[in-house]
Amino acid sequence: MTETITPSATQPKPQDGLVTRFLKATELDTRLIGMVGALALIWIGFHMYGALVNGYGAFLTPRNLWNLSVQTSSIGIMATGMVLVIITRHIDLSVGSVLGFCAVIMGMLQVYILPQFLGLGHWSIWIIAVIAGVTTGAIVGAIQGALIAYLQIPAFIVTLGGLLVWRGAAFLVARGETISPVDATFTLLGGGPYGAIGATGSWIVGLLACAAIIALVLNGRRSRRKFKFALRPVWADTFLAVLGCSVAIGAVLLVNSYPWPKGIVRQYVEREGLEMPEGGMFISHGFAIPVLILITVGILMTILTNRTRFGRYVFAIGGNPEAAELAGINTRMMTVKIFALMGFLAGLSAVVASARLNSATNALGTLDELYVIAAAVIGGTSLAGGVGTIYGAILGALVMQSLQTGMVLIGFDAAIQQVVVGSVLVLAVYLDILYRRKSK
Amino acid sequence: MTHTGTPLVELRDISIAFGGIKAVDRVSVDLYPGEVVGLLGHNGAGKSTLIKCLSGAYQADSGEIFVNGEKVTINNPRDARNHNIETIYQTLALADNLDAASNLFLGRELVNNIGFVDDAQMEAETRKIMHRLNPNFKKFADPVSALSGGQRQSVAIARAVYFNAKILIMDEPTAALGPQETKMVSELVQELKRQGLGIFLISHDIHDVMELCDRVSVMKNGQLVGTENVADVTDDEILSMIILGKKPERAA
Repeated sequence: MTETITPSATQPKPQDGLVTRFLKATELDTRLIGMVGALALIWIGFHMYGALVNGYGAFLTPRNLWNLSVQTSSIGIMATGMVLVIITRHIDLSVGSVLGFCAVIMGMLQVYILPQFLGLGHWSIWIIAVIAGVTTGAIVGAIQGALIAYLQIPAFIVTLGGLLVWRGAAFLVARGETISPVDATFTLLGGGPYGAIGATGSWIVGLLACAAIIALVLNGRRSRRKFKFALRPVWADTFLAVLGCSVAIGAVLLVNSYPWPKGIVRQYVEREGLEMPEGGMFISHGFAIPVLILITVGILMTILTNRTRFGRYVFAIGGNPEAAELAGINTRMMTVKIFALMGFLAGLSAVVASARLNSATNALGTLDELYVIAAAVIGGTSLAGGVGTIYGAILGALVMQSLQTGMVLIGFDAAIQQVVVGSVLVLAVYLDILYRRKSK
Repeated sequence: MTHTGTPLVELRDISIAFGGIKAVDRVSVDLYPGEVVGLLGHNGAGKSTLIKCLSGAYQADSGEIFVNGEKVTINNPRDARNHNIETIYQTLALADNLDAASNLFLGRELVNNIGFVDDAQMEAETRKIMHRLNPNFKKFADPVSALSGGQRQSVAIARAVYFNAKILIMDEPTAALGPQETKMVSELVQELKRQGLGIFLISHDIHDVMELCDRVSVMKNGQLVGTENVADVTDDEILSMIILGKKPERAA
C-alpha cells in the first residue's frame, strides 16, 4: 500500500496559537469546556457569595455537592431521553406528569397490592415495583408516540394533553392521598446514607472508571491506526486519560469525605451491636445509588446514540426527515420507540424521585418537564433538530440544579429563584446561538 | 435500437392522482440492461412523480411494475432497494447534519460483530469510493451541510452506486453542477451503462439527454407523448414533443 496517512481536518497549522493547537490536538469539544467553565463559575460564585455575605460558604462542601449529585439524578435521567426527542424535532411536555403517574402506580403496588399476596417487606416487592413503573412509563410513551407518528398529531399537542391526562390519572389512582411508606429496599434507590455504596464500593467504581477511560483512549488509537487515520499526539491522549482519571478519582475522594450524620451512625452502631469508639465513627457515604443510576443511564444512552443504528437514525431524522424516509428508515416506528424510551426514563426517574421521598404523591414531578427541556437545551440540544449530546444534557441538568441549590443555600426566596432560572435559560440559548453562528 | 428479451424494469399503465388532479395518467415505460432512458417534459409534466412510484416514495393508484419480468409491489423505499433500485433525488435527500460516510450508509450501516455501527470501516469504504468518483473530495469529517453542491452530489451518487444497483434513477443529476462536475456525471453514466445497469435519467437539459440516452420518453400533462430512439430523432422533433405534445411524423 502506497497510500499515505490521511490528514484529519483538525490537523494543527503552524500559525495557530497555543490554545488552538491544544484544542485541535486533544479534539476536545469547545462547548463542553464552555459548559464546565460556566458550571465552575456558578459553583465558585455561590460559594464566594455565601462566604462574603453570610459568613459561610456552604456550596463547595462535600455535603452540598453530594446532595447536588442526588438532586440532579431525576432530571438528568429524563434529560438524556429528551435529547433524542428534541433531536427528532419533537417535544415532550408530559414527562413530569408521567413521572407522577408511574410513581403512584409503584406506590399503590408496594403499599396496597403486593403486600397482600407476598406479605409486607417481601424481597421481590421492590423489583416488581420498579419493573411495573418503567413498563408503565414505556407504554404511556409508546401510546403518545403512536398518536404523533401514525395520527400525525403534533407532539406539542399530544404531550400537552398528556401533561393534563397523566397528572389527573395519577390523582385518580392515588385518590389524592400520599402513598407511604414505600418498600424499605426500594427507598435505597433514592439515595440517603443507606442508599449509597460506601467508601470501598466507591473506590471500586472509581478505579473501574479509570480502567475504562484508559481502555477507550487505547482503543481509539488502535482503530485510527488500523484505518490509517491521523493519530492524536501521544501527549494529547495522555492528557485526556490523566484528566479523565483525575475527575473519577476526585469524585471518589469527594463522596468519601462526606460522612454519615451522627444520628445515623449511632443507629447503625446499635443495630450492629458494635462499640461506639471515642470521638464517633467516620463512615463515608460514597456514591449515592441514584447517581450511579444516572451515570449508567448516561453511558448506555451515549452508546445508543453514537454507536447504534437507532442513534444514527435519530440524528438522520432530525437532520432531514424526508431523506431518512427515502433512505428506508421507518420514521414512524422510530418516533414510537423514541417516545417509549422517553416514557421508560420518566418511569426510572419516578423510581428515584419517589424512593428519595419514601412516598408517592400525585404531585410528584410537577414542572419537571420544564427543567428537563431546559437541561437538554442548555446542554446544546438544538430545538431545530439534528443536534444534541447526552453528556451535554446531563451537564445541563447539573447547571439547572446548581442554580436552584445555590440560591436556596444563600437564602434567595422562591420568586427570585424562578426569575433567575428563567433568565439563565434564555441567556444560555442565546449564547448557544452565538456559538453556532461563529463556528459555522 | 430494438430490444429482445425481458426488460429490466417495466412500468405499465401507471396512474396517480393528487386531490383530483391526475399527475400521472396511464403511463407505460420500460428499461433494458445497459440502457439509458431519458424522461423529458416540462416542470409538472409528471416525470418525477412517475419515477417516485418506482423508487417507493409514492404508491401508484393503479398500474403494475415488473422487475425482470416479475410483477413486484413497491410500497416504500425499502422495497425498492430490495429490488436493487437506487435513486438519486433532485433534492439529493441528504441528512445535512451527518458526515459523508453516515449519509452514504444511511439505512444500511456497516456494523461490527456486536452490532455497533462501525464508523471507521464506513469512513474507509467512503474514502475508497469517493477516490474513484471524485478524487478531489477531502471533507470526510464535516457534516454534508459544509460541502459544495458538486460535493454533495457526489455523496448522493456514491450512495446509489456503492450498493450494486441494477436499476438507477437519476432525477436532474446535473442541475446544480458546474461544467467539470457535469462531465464527471456523464462519464459515470457511461461507465455504469457498460457495467449493464439500466438508468432512468430525468432531465430538463435536452443536450444531456441527446448525449447520454439511448431512448427518450416524453411526458406532457401527466401523459406519455411517446418514446423514441435518440438516434432516430432530431433535437427539434423532441422539442416539439415536449412543447406541443406532438409525436414526430415520419414514414414508416
